[in-house]
Order: sequence, then C-alpha cells, then structure tokens
Amino acid sequence: MFDQLSGRMSKVFEGLSRGGKLSEGDVSEAMREVRLAMLEADVALPVVRSFVNNVKERAVGENVLDGVSPGQAVAKIVNDSLIDALGGAGAVPLNLSVPAPIPFLMVGLQGAGKTTTAGKLGLRLAERERKKVLLASLDVQRPAAQLQLQQLAEQVGARTGGLVVSLPIVEGQQPVEIARRAMETGRREGYDVVILDTAGRLAIDEPLMEEVRQIRDATTPAETLLVVDAMTGQDAVNTAQAFKDQVGITGVVMSRMDGDARGGAALSMRAVTGAPIKFTGSGEKVSALEEFHPERVAGRILGLGDIAGLVEKASEQLDEEEGERVAKKMLAGKFDLNDYVSQINQINRLGSISGILGMLPGMGKIKEKLAGKDLDTSIFNRHKVIISSMTEQERRTPGIIKASRKKRIAAGSGTTVPEVNRLLKQFDDMSTMMKRLSKMDLPSMMRGIGGAGGLGDMFKGMGGPGGRPPFG
Amino acid sequence: MAGFFSRLKQGLSRSNERINAIFVKRQLDDNTLEELEDELIAADLGPAVAERIITKFREKSFGQNVTSDEIRATLAEEISHVLEPVAIPFIPDPAKKPHVVLVVGVNGTGKTTTIGKMAHQFRQEGKSVMMVAGDTFRAAAVEQLQIWGERVNAPVVAGKQGGDASGLAYDGLKRATEEKTDILLVDTAGRLHNKNALMEELAKIIRVMQKFDASAPHNVLLVLDATTGQNALEQVRVFQELVNVSGLVVTKLDGSARGGIVVALAEKFKLPVHLVGVGEKAEDLRPFSAQDYARGLVGDTQK
Ligand SMILES: Nc1nc2c(ncn2[C@@H]2O[C@H](COP(=O)(O)OP(=O)(O)OP(=O)(O)O)[C@@H](O)[C@H]2O)c(=O)[nH]1
Ligand SMILES: Nc1nc2c(ncn2[C@@H]2O[C@H](COP(=O)(O)OP(=O)(O)O)[C@@H](O)[C@H]2O)c(=O)[nH]1
Ligand SMILES: [Mg+2]
Ligand SMILES: [Mg+2]
Repeated sequence: MFDQLSGRMSKVFEGLSRGGKLSEGDVSEAMREVRLAMLEADVALPVVRSFVNNVKERAVGENVLDGVSPGQAVAKIVNDSLIDALGGAGAVPLNLSVPAPIPFLMVGLQGAGKTTTAGKLGLRLAERERKKVLLASLDVQRPAAQLQLQQLAEQVGARTGGLVVSLPIVEGQQPVEIARRAMETGRREGYDVVILDTAGRLAIDEPLMEEVRQIRDATTPAETLLVVDAMTGQDAVNTAQAFKDQVGITGVVMSRMDGDARGGAALSMRAVTGAPIKFTGSGEKVSALEEFHPERVAGRILGLGDIAGLVEKASEQLDEEEGERVAKKMLAGKFDLNDYVSQINQINRLGSISGILGMLPGMGKIKEKLAGKDLDTSIFNRHKVIISSMTEQERRTPGIIKASRKKRIAAGSGTTVPEVNRLLKQFDDMSTMMKRLSKMDLPSMMRGIGGAGGLGDMFKGMGGPGGRPPFG
Repeated sequence: MAGFFSRLKQGLSRSNERINAIFVKRQLDDNTLEELEDELIAADLGPAVAERIITKFREKSFGQNVTSDEIRATLAEEISHVLEPVAIPFIPDPAKKPHVVLVVGVNGTGKTTTIGKMAHQFRQEGKSVMMVAGDTFRAAAVEQLQIWGERVNAPVVAGKQGGDASGLAYDGLKRATEEKTDILLVDTAGRLHNKNALMEELAKIIRVMQKFDASAPHNVLLVLDATTGQNALEQVRVFQELVNVSGLVVTKLDGSARGGIVVALAEKFKLPVHLVGVGEKAEDLRPFSAQDYARGLVGDTQK
C-alpha cells in the first residue's frame, strides 16, 4: 500500500509523475531513498549497490498499469526484488536425506547464538520429526561452553522424552577428536542426527578456520549452518565471504530477530553466501526458533514495519480473555482501577513503545521524533505502584478516596498527594470518556480499546497475515 | 536474481580496486570524497554520520593535491576529534571498598569475558576483586564466570540457576564490604533492550544494591560488540535511560569489524568509552585510544 511507505521515502514515491512508463529520473530519485533506508538497516554497502542497480534496471521503462500510480509501481518492484533476493518462495527445509547419523555443523562468530540454536534445532527435530538427536560441543575455547550445551540438552531432553541427548564431555579432548567420537557414538547408538556445535571464531583467524575445515572433512556434514546475529552491521559481508570460501555454507540462521534491529544482515548473508536463510531465532528459550519469512524481513529492512510479526507478538503476549473481560466492563461503564492495572500490564507485556512503533508501517518518522524521549511509559508503572497501595475497596470505588486516604496512599507508595490526584483525575477522564463511548453504538471500537481481540482485528485491517503484502 | 548476484561479485572486486586506487597521489575531488564516504559507511558509521564527517573534511581539504596517506591521516584526525572527548580511562575509586561495577548489555556481546579480563587487570595491579555471577538465566553462565574466578584467583559469589539476581548482587555487595574488597564486578544475563520485563529486572538489581549502599553501583558499563550495526544506537539509548549507563566497553575489535558505530555513539550520547576487547584471553583488554581507533577506522596501513 502506498500510504504504508515510511517518511521520506513515501514523499519521493508520491512525487513521481503520472504517466505511461517509469522514467529513469523517477526511478533514480526513489532509489536514492531506498539506498539510504537499506544502509540504515545495516545492509552491506556492496550489496545495497548491486540491489539498487538491479532494481533500477528492472524498473526503468516498465509500464505503469492503469489505476496504479508510478510510486506504487516502483515500490512494488522494490519489495518484490527484495523478497526475491532474500530467498523468494518460502523456507528451504533442512537436508535430512542422507543416511543416519546425519551430521549438522554449526559455525559463526563468537556470541552469535550457535549453542542456543543447536539446542533449538534439537528440540525442533525431536518434536516435529521424531528424530533422535545427539548434541556435541566441540567448543574447547569458551569457558564452560560444553557444559552449556549439556545443560541445554538436559532441558530439551526433558521436554521430548529423552529424544535429545548430549555427548558425554571428555576433558582435554580436541575438537576434531570430539567430532569423530560424536559420529561414532551416533552410529553405535542409533542417532538420526548429530549436531556439532563449534567454538565461535573470527573470519580472519586462520588457525581456527583451518580447524573447522578439518572438522568438516572428518564428518562431511549434510548441513553447515552459519549463525548470524540480526544486529550485525556492515561486517556481515566479510564474515559471510570468509565462511563461504573457507568452510562452505548450506544455510544461514539469523538469531535475535526478537530484537528491534532492522536485520539488513539477512540480505548481506544471503547475497554473499547464496545459501538460503533457513531459520530465525526469536528468543532465548529453546522453543524460540521460526521458519524464515522473506516478506516479513523485507518489510523490516525497508522500514515498512513487520505487521505480521507484530500481530504474532501481540497475540502471543497479550491475554486475550483478560482483554475481553476488561472490554465488557468498559462497555458496561464499570471500569475500575483493577482493570486499569490489567491494561497497564498488557501494555508492558508488549515491550517498549518505540519497539512496537518500529514494527508499524509508516511510523519511522514518529519514532524518530520520540527518540531520545521514548514515550514515557514509566508513568504507567508509577500508577501501578500507587494503585498497589490502595485497598481493594478503593480500587473498586475510587470515588471514596478523599484527603486522608490520599495521604496514606501517597506515603505507602513513596509518591506525593498531587501525584495521587493526577492519577485519579486521569482515571476519572478515562471513565467519563468510556461512558460516553458506550452510549454510542461502537462495539468494535470498544473491543479495540479493550484488548487483544480488538488489537488483532485492527492490525488485520491494516494488512496482517493473510492480508495484503506491504506494497501492492 | 542472477543479475543481482553476478553484479554483487563485480561490486565486491570493484571495492578492492577502489581501495587500491586511493593510494595513488591525486587531487581531492568529489569522486575521492565519495569513495571515502563509502568506506566510512562500510565501517558502520552509518550514512548520516559518514556524510557529516566527509562534509567537514571537504571544507578543509577540497582541491588539495595529496597522497593517500595524507588523506587518511587528515581524515583520521577528523574522526579522532569526535572520539577524543569520550576516551576516558576506567579508574576505580580507591576510597570505595568496594568500588561496584555493574556490567550490562544485549546477549553475547562479551560481558562475562570483559569481567574476567577486568578482574585479571585489577589483580595484576595488586587489588582485591570479587565477582557476582548475576546471570542466573543462561545455561552454564555461572560456571563460565567461576572458571574466570579460578583463572584470576578471585572469589565468585554464585547462587542457583533461575535464582534472584538482585538478591545475589546484594549478598555480593555485603560480603565484599565486610571483606574490604577493592572492586566488585557484577555480571548480568544478556538481555535485549526492547524487553521491558528484563530491563525492569536490571533496574531492580540496582535498587536492591542501593538498599545496602546508596552510592552503588559506581559504574554501569554497557558492553557493545564491534560487529553491531546501527542498532547499537538504540541499545545505548534504552540502556542509558533505564539503568543509567556510565560508560561503554567495545569488544571483538580483533575481528574484521571496524566498530564505526562508536563514532556515531560518541556524537550522539557522549558517553565515555573506557575499554576495548581484542581477544578471548585475560590479557586482551586495552584502554580506548581515540587516535588508534580513528586510524583503524580509515584503514591505516602504516600502523
Ligand atoms: N574475538 C573476541 N571474542 C570475544 C571478545 N570478548 C568476548 N569474546 C567471545 O564472545 C563470546 C561471548 O562472550 P561472553 O563473555 O560469554 O558474552 P556475554 O555477553 O557474557 O554473553 P551472554 O551472557 O550469553 O549474554 C565468547 O565466545 C567470548 O570468548 C573479544 O574481544 N574478541
Ligand atoms: N534474545 C535472543 N537471544 C538469543 C537468541 N539466540 C541466542 N541468544 C542468546 O545469545 C547469547 C549467546 O548465545 P550462544 O548460543 O551462547 O552463542 P555462541 O557463542 O554462538 O554459541 C546467549 O545469552 C543466548 O541466550 C535469540 O534468538 N534471541
Ligand atoms: Mg557456543
Ligand atoms: Mg555472560
């Protein structure tokens, strides 16, 4: 959708002249903004350059269909090309078609998320494919790294009825030997998959890169997965190139997509290695692994938001029943301070306001304005503290709170009487507004204020899952 | 997409030619400036900061006939001006027993390792050190810090996994005070800044420590990974707002990432950058030097 383009970019697209074919001038100007958006999203410079040239070539001279503005036409080409470049038609499954035990090799920089991802993959293979998985840590570099994987295996094993197990630790054994022992154990004990977790290494660390080559040669992995932090900057190309050339990569996992980084490294990785992005990590828990969705990441990179991701997050984190309950009370004009606290908790569960704004299309500008002065949600938390010093009766019927009660509440919550007053005034305003609204026939709007169901509906209307893609 | 990938290859080799070309003596013209700007972008300064720096540089040097070395030296100087004010060494207050340092940051940046390295450095200086294994979440995080404790011969206060980190920090502070320890280093679990509940937990660690000593912690160090791109700006903004970060440590500078985001951070937040990590071993910690850092950014080959 045209109006979903963020800030400056939308202005440029609007400015494009109406006419039969896209002119070079039209396209060039628009692409300058695309270039900037991509650089701000940490797509590596050489990757941005070739992407921009490619799109220019595709766009100039393109016929603009009736009923579509030139801006929309360019925007669609940009988005389509980006989805294409990120891998197009959806997730590429793991290669499970070689004889068992199937070796997977995890590689990447220090702290990228290899060990956690190894645990997550173990869980996934056990739960979805009923595979018996052996996790083996070859990390003799980082203190307690082998123990970390062992503890993860215990966690995952407990959830899968023992389908996931870690290779016993042998003090002093070196990585290549551990890899051989893992494969032997895998064969002897009938494991389906053996996941080899390696120590983090820098692309320029020759001896360590040589070591991982030896591991590869000793085990011939069916998958060599490069784990990359979604926050990675321009260096992504160097890392990708080095691991590709020196080890060979069959797939990429982008970790920490639950953060608010725009994730341009995904495009850099895909462009340089040519390998598909197979999964994204969405949290620290072993269950937080998702299949890769190119269209979501494309929107994120262009700063167009990640509506689908937001709806998912909202429905995951918000308590839908609670939302409905509060909405009903609002409708009945019976909203009290307990309900207010419940609303605050729902807001808090969604994370920082600026993070949420970042996921909304066209919010880039607003977010910028807020930067440095994030929407002050601390006020909600202060309100929570004040309310926690009230009695149950006071919460249900705030009208009874007069001077002496105010003093007691202020003292109990470490606040002041004026602060208590402001809270009560705000609550009063809210109640008045709700009563007025409930007299109008706007049930859907009320649900919107009330909670999860409403939020979800609102976003669906804006192009959520199953809805329209961001452009088009 | 075939066109895209083959052009990318050309692009990558072109950038090499570009870098070589820059070593030839020539007039500082628009093309050269653009190439320099691209290099700064490729070092993670971000497009806006790179443009500002090049604009200033242009005002001084445009049209001059210069060698590539001169170009680089002047540009490094320009960047060094931005970094100079934030290059502040880390010096604990000897009057505090203990001087409390809380170490925070997103996941995997190098917090625990930095604590190990700092402990090593202070032990070398003959100071007593205690550490708190405040990461009670990640698997084997406690054992990781305990191994560092053995390496540098310093006690580690640890609880059980899944336990309350703020209670542990309180116990550590109490014990360090009783034992008149010089420095208390408090490790924390990595957390993304956009997760409110986790950030609130950090704020609680501080509140609880302040019940014992109102002046603690004396430093809150945010550890940043040099590989991080523009998101570091958001990390610093949120951590500073919620837990009052007093200074930064930049890790993994031994890699190919050049850590240009530090320039953008210095411009925007003016927070001290105390230390840099240059490897995984105990000795791999250095004070932050504005000049060296700036030279590293413009790819000085003379070093
Ligand atoms: N090359 C290099 N590696 C580093 C440096 N600092 C830390 N590392 C490595 O980066 C990885 C993560 O370091 P940790 O110290 O465990 O990071 P952390 O921030 O405590 O991680 P979490 O507690 O998991 O959030 C480890 O493999 C370290 O050895 C550095 O300066 N250079
Ligand atoms: N928020 C978040 N944290 C993650 C994710 N993947 C890994 N981590 C965290 O990142 C840190 C480093 O992960 P680890 O697996 O030890 O990295 P390794 O050094 O590459 O093996 C740990 O604190 C993990 O809990 C993810 O997808 N999201
Ligand atoms: Mg690991
Ligand atoms: Mg740690």
